[in-house]
Amino acid sequence: MTQPIDRRDFLKLAGLGGAVFASGLAGCAGIAGAEQDEFYFVQLSDTHWGFKGDALNPDAGGTLPKAVAAVNALAVKPDFIVFTGDLTHTTDDPKERRRRLAEFRDIVSKLDNKNVRFMPGEHDASLDNGQAWKEFFGASTYSFDHKGVHFIAIDNVSDPAGKIGDAQLAWLKADLDKHATDAPVVVLTHRPLFDLMPQWDWATKDGAQAISLLMPYRNVTVFYGHIHQEHHHMTGHIAHHSAKSLIFPLVAPGSRPRREPIPWDAAQPYRGLGFRSIEAEKSVLKIVEYPVKA
Amino acid sequence: MKRRQLLAAFAAGAVFGPLANSQERLIRVVAKKFEFIPAEISLQRGVPVILELTTEDVAMGFSAPDFNADVEIVPGKVARVRLLPDKAGSFEFTCDVFCGEGHEDMSGKIHVA
Repeated sequence: MTQPIDRRDFLKLAGLGGAVFASGLAGCAGIAGAEQDEFYFVQLSDTHWGFKGDALNPDAGGTLPKAVAAVNALAVKPDFIVFTGDLTHTTDDPKERRRRLAEFRDIVSKLDNKNVRFMPGEHDASLDNGQAWKEFFGASTYSFDHKGVHFIAIDNVSDPAGKIGDAQLAWLKADLDKHATDAPVVVLTHRPLFDLMPQWDWATKDGAQAISLLMPYRNVTVFYGHIHQEHHHMTGHIAHHSAKSLIFPLVAPGSRPRREPIPWDAAQPYRGLGFRSIEAEKSVLKIVEYPVKA
Repeated sequence: MKRRQLLAAFAAGAVFGPLANSQERLIRVVAKKFEFIPAEISLQRGVPVILELTTEDVAMGFSAPDFNADVEIVPGKVARVRLLPDKAGSFEFTCDVFCGEGHEDMSGKIHVA
């Protein structure tokens, strides 16, 4: 069941625990002119279930359940929830991979809202081309419509080289061809589609082809994960917003010689971790970031 | 293979057999879970080299975006990529084919003097 969301209520909600991303990005106002109902959804990402490492997160087994409880506690219930990949931490053992996927599924089954959409990350899918992940969550490429917005999930991790691949790009083109160029489009994926930091594997090798296919569409916004931090970027008129992780944050792109995790700070537990809500209201998408709390 | 096709494949960092220019220095790099050997490569600015890459176990990748060098390394085959160090400094190269639990730490440095 969904509820209409009142803007004032939403901002009140943000004031209770989140930080509103006050964006001047043109792409963030990416649904101009569209006729659609107001709604909001929640994005969680990079939960890395199965990770162990007290220096980075001594509550690795508790952070995801805390996030699930926090989503359930939202005053206004989201229309749906998305997980943008790296549901589990990688393992070379296929049995252990399935065990982690099963445990993850059990934990998120406690979400009150059962309308949950999943995407794989390279930790889930790259070692077996997504085979185990698909056993649990089905297709990794799909689209759906919700209240006037067209959502597209792109898999850029089942190929271990981090490619979307020609077949999926053809599917993307065919899917987009069914829509007018002023249709509001939201893309959900794991890796950045643009070259954020290829030196750190923060890119999709053929992501430029996907962006090229999306470029004729005037109202496109991309939500992704992978880099364990908020990041906002424009490719032309297309906005790209990465989400925080729910296991450990990574350093800002290019800020260090190497990609590194940020150690746990006992004085500020869960710092840098969180999830977000995205409200679609008339002409804008509003992002509200929520921290994880002890 | 026609000359134009060969040059196109070369520019794209494709896997191919004969070296385009036998005068260029050849550097062999072995990839294995989860390291490159050697992990540090010293080059001279403006002097191109050929990297000859093999893997001892699973499929790997070699990516040095600062020099537009990218090639997949398939078990049982030799991958070659030409690298022109056109700027001085230290630059990271990584495995960009997800290869296992230690993949994210699999990297090295190219030092250009």
